[in-house]
Amino acid sequence: MSKSISTRILSFLFSFLLLGALAFAQDNTQQGDGATDGTAQTGGATGGLSTDAAVISKGEELFNANCKQCHAVQTKVVGPALAKVYDRREIPWLINFIKYPQRTIESGDEYAVALYKQYNQYMPNHDFLKDDEVVAILSWVKKETDSPTKTKDVTTTTEDGQNLPKESNSGLLVAIVAGLATLLIVVLAVLAMLGSVLTKYLAKEKALSEADKVILNQKIEWGKILTSRGFVGIVTFVFIALVLKVATESLITIGVQQGYAPDQPIPFSHKLHAGQYEIDCKFCHNTVEKSKHASIPGPYVCMNCHNAIKTTSPYMQQIFEYVEKDEPIKWVRVHNLPDLAYFNHAQHVKVAGLDCTNCHGNIKEMEVVQQVSLLTMGWCIDCHRKTEVNAKGNAYYDNILEVHSKYSKQPMKVENIGGLECSKCHY
Amino acid sequence: MSDTKKFYWKGIEELTNDIEVVKYADKEFPEHLPIKDSFGDNSEEVKSNRRDFLKLMGFSVAAVSLAACDTPVKHAIPYVVKPEEITPGIPNYYASTYTEGGDYCSILVKTREGRPIFIEGNTYSGVTFGGTSARVNASIMSLYDIERAKNPSINGKESDWTKVDKEISDKLASIAQSGGQIRIVSNTILSPSTKKVIADFIAKYPTTVHVTYDPISSSAIAQSNKTKFGKTVIPSYKFDKANVIASFGADFLGTWISPIEYARQFAQNRKVNKDKKQMSRLFAFESIMSLTGANADYRSPIKPSQEGLAVAKLYNLIAGKAGKPTINTADIKIPYLEKCAEELWASKEKALVVSGSNDLELQQLVNEINEMLGGYGNTLDINAPSYQRQGDDAKMASFIKDVEAGNIKGAIFYNCNPVYDHPQGANLGKNLNKVELRVSTVDRAKSETSSLCTYNCPDSHFLESWNDAEPKKGFFSLGQPTIMTIFNTRQVQQSLLTWAGITTDYLTYIRDFWKNNIFGLQSKESEFELFWKRCLHNGVFETAVGDAYKSMNETATEAPTTIDLNAIASEISAEYKNTSGIELVIYPKILIGTGIEANNPYIHDTPDPISKMCWGNYVSIPLSMANEMGFVNKENKANTATVKIGNQEFNLPVFIQPGQAPKTIAIALGYGRVNTDKVTVGKVANEAGGINMYSFATLSNTVRYAQFTGVSIADSGDWERLATTQTHSTFMGRETIIQEASLAQYQKDEQAGRFFPHISGSIKGKRKPTDVSIWDISSDGYSEGKEPKTEYEKTLWNARRGIKADIHKYTNHHWGMSIDLNSCIGCGACITACHIENNVAVVGKKEIINRREMHWIRIDRYYTSEGDGLEERDFEKLAQVVENPKVVFQPMMCQHCNNAPCETVCPVAATTHSSEGVNQMTYNRCIGTKYCANNCPYKVRRFNWFKYYNNNEFDYNQNNDLGKMVLNPDVTVRSRGVMEKCSLCVQRIQAGKLKAKSEGRRPKDGEITTACASACPTEAIVFGDLNDVGAKVSVLLDYEVEKGRAYNVLDEINTRPNVWYLTKIRNIDDEKKKA
Repeated sequence: MSKSISTRILSFLFSFLLLGALAFAQDNTQQGDGATDGTAQTGGATGGLSTDAAVISKGEELFNANCKQCHAVQTKVVGPALAKVYDRREIPWLINFIKYPQRTIESGDEYAVALYKQYNQYMPNHDFLKDDEVVAILSWVKKETDSPTKTKDVTTTTEDGQNLPKESNSGLLVAIVAGLATLLIVVLAVLAMLGSVLTKYLAKEKALSEADKVILNQKIEWGKILTSRGFVGIVTFVFIALVLKVATESLITIGVQQGYAPDQPIPFSHKLHAGQYEIDCKFCHNTVEKSKHASIPGPYVCMNCHNAIKTTSPYMQQIFEYVEKDEPIKWVRVHNLPDLAYFNHAQHVKVAGLDCTNCHGNIKEMEVVQQVSLLTMGWCIDCHRKTEVNAKGNAYYDNILEVHSKYSKQPMKVENIGGLECSKCHY
Repeated sequence: MSDTKKFYWKGIEELTNDIEVVKYADKEFPEHLPIKDSFGDNSEEVKSNRRDFLKLMGFSVAAVSLAACDTPVKHAIPYVVKPEEITPGIPNYYASTYTEGGDYCSILVKTREGRPIFIEGNTYSGVTFGGTSARVNASIMSLYDIERAKNPSINGKESDWTKVDKEISDKLASIAQSGGQIRIVSNTILSPSTKKVIADFIAKYPTTVHVTYDPISSSAIAQSNKTKFGKTVIPSYKFDKANVIASFGADFLGTWISPIEYARQFAQNRKVNKDKKQMSRLFAFESIMSLTGANADYRSPIKPSQEGLAVAKLYNLIAGKAGKPTINTADIKIPYLEKCAEELWASKEKALVVSGSNDLELQQLVNEINEMLGGYGNTLDINAPSYQRQGDDAKMASFIKDVEAGNIKGAIFYNCNPVYDHPQGANLGKNLNKVELRVSTVDRAKSETSSLCTYNCPDSHFLESWNDAEPKKGFFSLGQPTIMTIFNTRQVQQSLLTWAGITTDYLTYIRDFWKNNIFGLQSKESEFELFWKRCLHNGVFETAVGDAYKSMNETATEAPTTIDLNAIASEISAEYKNTSGIELVIYPKILIGTGIEANNPYIHDTPDPISKMCWGNYVSIPLSMANEMGFVNKENKANTATVKIGNQEFNLPVFIQPGQAPKTIAIALGYGRVNTDKVTVGKVANEAGGINMYSFATLSNTVRYAQFTGVSIADSGDWERLATTQTHSTFMGRETIIQEASLAQYQKDEQAGRFFPHISGSIKGKRKPTDVSIWDISSDGYSEGKEPKTEYEKTLWNARRGIKADIHKYTNHHWGMSIDLNSCIGCGACITACHIENNVAVVGKKEIINRREMHWIRIDRYYTSEGDGLEERDFEKLAQVVENPKVVFQPMMCQHCNNAPCETVCPVAATTHSSEGVNQMTYNRCIGTKYCANNCPYKVRRFNWFKYYNNNEFDYNQNNDLGKMVLNPDVTVRSRGVMEKCSLCVQRIQAGKLKAKSEGRRPKDGEITTACASACPTEAIVFGDLNDVGAKVSVLLDYEVEKGRAYNVLDEINTRPNVWYLTKIRNIDDEKKKA
């Protein structure tokens, strides 16, 4: 209990710090920069917006760089949807608000205050944007409003819980199967009963045709059944199926489950975070250069950004719940090395300077993370045979490199420094 | 080696050429050991037959199909909020303090993801110097003891703290109001702040008196200093300053007062090297073969009843030389005693005499001897005393009398168990119900004392608690928790504070205490916060304190009284007489100690350094008695004897102990914590079984751990199997494994005692075995014969030492180890350290009997017999020298041979050699043929006969989730059917290398070390990179290999180990050769 309180306090504290930091940044920037730089205030609602393709594309660029984290055109993200924003307010007001939102709100502007009440947070100052840049952004927004390009807006698809994980229906499946099985058994029993009743009845009948007698005196010849094609076929099939199953399972236990892409408790999208927003892998997997573990991030990492961004998303609500209950997120482990193998991320990322994609594939394109590499020992060894040691500038390797280059013209590969030895990974 | 005829033998069985030993000697694993019924009952032959096979088959198929029903899903579960200091996968180290009664060790606790997994010594400590002991290492397991008390309890029923506190406080208040007497009974408390807590408690309840006793008491030493100096303390002993040491039954290397400290000091003056060719000489006069006696240069077995007379005679001899009056006691003839007196007197202030006796008169004589020698201020210091034994036997005895008389109304047993570990425990137990309020704070509700108490308020484990300690004056030490309390326990200081109505938490209390009392002792830090943080980081704060400083651990100084030597003489004459009867010695063992950790499986699985016995106690008897009475020790089998002491008798197996005094039997303390109707200590303690010997100690003015009369022993007619590892893994009579010399020989020639094997029969005449190889060794593997060596290559170990490398080429690291047989005292700290670091399984009593112990490192203890004409293993002749053999300890683990015999025979290449000189064992490749073990000349490989985890047959720590917490996550837990052995702590090597690589540098020497080397209190084991020219091991071996003192075991078979041994040097006079 006390823990969950403390985490809540922590998250509050964190949000305070964040807001504080924003406020501080604002203080710094407000100085010596009194008013807008007198760009002509064109009247009329959309009068100032350009339809020039160059301006629009510049606007798109600026939007992606500065606004996208919190805004989309058609949908509400952290801040309001921007479609037709140029109709709702006049351009000068927009320019002023975008550059100095907090000041505008604090000045008591009715519309701004209403916005603040609705979203309950300040948008950061964008006073680094020039007025014509703001106009360019708005021009792009207008263009998007009028004829939206439907390519990249991933945020729309994950909006408002359309993709919420479905209630696990495996229980239902089991029930159905069990029901069917019971039904079949009942049918079988009834048929058997009917059969025996009929046989008994027939046995009482005296006048029976030959054919009937044959049926009546028919005996089950187990030997024949056992050797019958059908039976052998079924047994072989079951056997092969079992063997296959066992084989697959044992492959999994030694890590062979290439393509394994399990559902996660929260459908975190690497494609969105690492791909679209280009967040560095190490931002969340932050121990990758220090430890054997890359660290699967917990809610404390998500909160770094999502304290402010997309807090209303149902998935974020789920994470808030975890935090409140002081319950860890049980991510499903995708890459499973067997316990007998020791793998160290720091060795490969920090020392060898390898990119994550070497083993994990193009994570940036993965909506759901899947195991790309084989992760067998052969795969490890193969790479250790091919890869050159990242020895340059590392004093650890100086002498070894010197000796190696004396005796070999080949570059120093991992295998040359003992990278194929058993107890480098097994101990 | 060449001149002397020495025989090394491991035990009586081997010496007598017992048929069983001979039969098994050449087999790594004895045959026909029942697998199915592994537990001993050999009465019926158990064979697995076809039906069993079919059953197993059927089961496996069923099991596999069942297991196949669901794909295993593994989870990766992150922290909800990650603690700032934790990086998953990276260990954190916290400096802390181990205290157990008066036993002290400054430690570093290794934690992984918030759980302590290993205890290392703290090198900042000026008391323990980074050493540990087997018991300190093993103590981590008691944290994860599933049978600890999980809640406070009232009359055995679990309760909650609020209720318990309320009831106790109310009762205390009412007792105090009516003037009823309250006692806090404890063992030695080293913590000054705890002393203040008790003072606060006494202030609240003024009828309270704090009574301290020690289960293994040194009360007489403190009392003797009270009469002589007016200070009731134990002096600081400085074994490193002493050139001649005489010990009368004081096992200062094993169990006496502060063994880690003394071992370190002792070893410092025992090591010989390039610059130091002198060493101290140790005389031991003792009844049992103790660890100290085993390390003595001259050792005389004396009966316990002779101890007083021996000390008196030494007093007279020294007094004669000093011109002081002698005392009148019966003369006694003890070998080496005169010699000892001569040499003590010759060393004068560089001499030290210690006695382990708890006899006041005897200790007074020892004080006088030390004073005559001038030792005070040199080899022992009374002004900077040790507080490690504060027990007062007289006060404890009067407490028990008061209880009996019904004078005590409230008793709080502060982490102590007097019903078990006091000679009058039974009496106390019987009368305890006369005490109205009975509170115990031990970690289990149904221990001997706590089961008789109304309330048990379990203390947290020391790794869960704040603490401080002042083991010696001016040596402060802080203990910090390294894990949250696992169960609903509360540290006892907090309980006392609560009952005293003080609401401060103990952390604040301890900080305030340090702020007010210790902060002022230094001037380096001006701010307390900085001082506190520095102390917390270092674990210790040590400073020279002035006379003005008064420790909380100190009792009031009194005026010294004059010592009446005549009275002492008559007391000694009355008590110690030359008798002919059988006498009993009760002694503490290194592992089990007082028995407080009786439920710790690591304690029992580790063999005793001397007897090599595990799990349970036994009666050890000298060889002469065994011959007389017909007792025999055979391979794992021993007679049981009926021991009668006074009017009590019990049966115990007999163990024949060479070197034990004649007509003396010895039984260890700490056992007998078996389940009864009321008492349940735990499963492990119950399995160890044994007899509680505390009740046979006698109580006069002090507790005596011997009985001179009324002891008899007889064959019970029964047999029992002993869990001893001593004859396991024999070297088949290859005598050159131990190489030793006397100091004089060494001073003359550093390679004295070495054995240099030669291979004859070659056309080139006699050659060194290393010159012969089936490989082409014309090149040394480095220059490939052609190109000149680079500067770097010239510095590599093999090139440096001119070793033809037999195609082994180690260009990066070359891990090596040096073991100094001269400083190894055999204490066994390395065994437990390795045990815990490497997840070595605890196998239990029955499996040790079956020779299936799993230790990666063992300490071979050899007795040596020396004499003319001992051509063969002739028992008749040997019997004379066996009475008092010399002892050598040799730590033995995988030697990481460069030409490893095991590697060549593995059919699946599961054991291979690394490019860093390490012989690697790959468990997942091993198919268990055991060829490697059979081919290993050092017999260091261990086979997993069973799955030792999640197996009810091995119900130790690996059979429950809590107990598994102690496992090192970086080391695989081995399963059934694979071989294992020392890996040179490859996980530590890899971690150290990675750290260096990440920081772009070579590893620093000392950064990477093995568990055994880090645990060693005497620094006998040195580990490092031989290729690193500046590394300690490299410098040491460069010299010693050059000079010929370093040797490889079984050099003649050319295995080229990476583990080197330095010859044992004994400081004995060379006897003149007979003409």
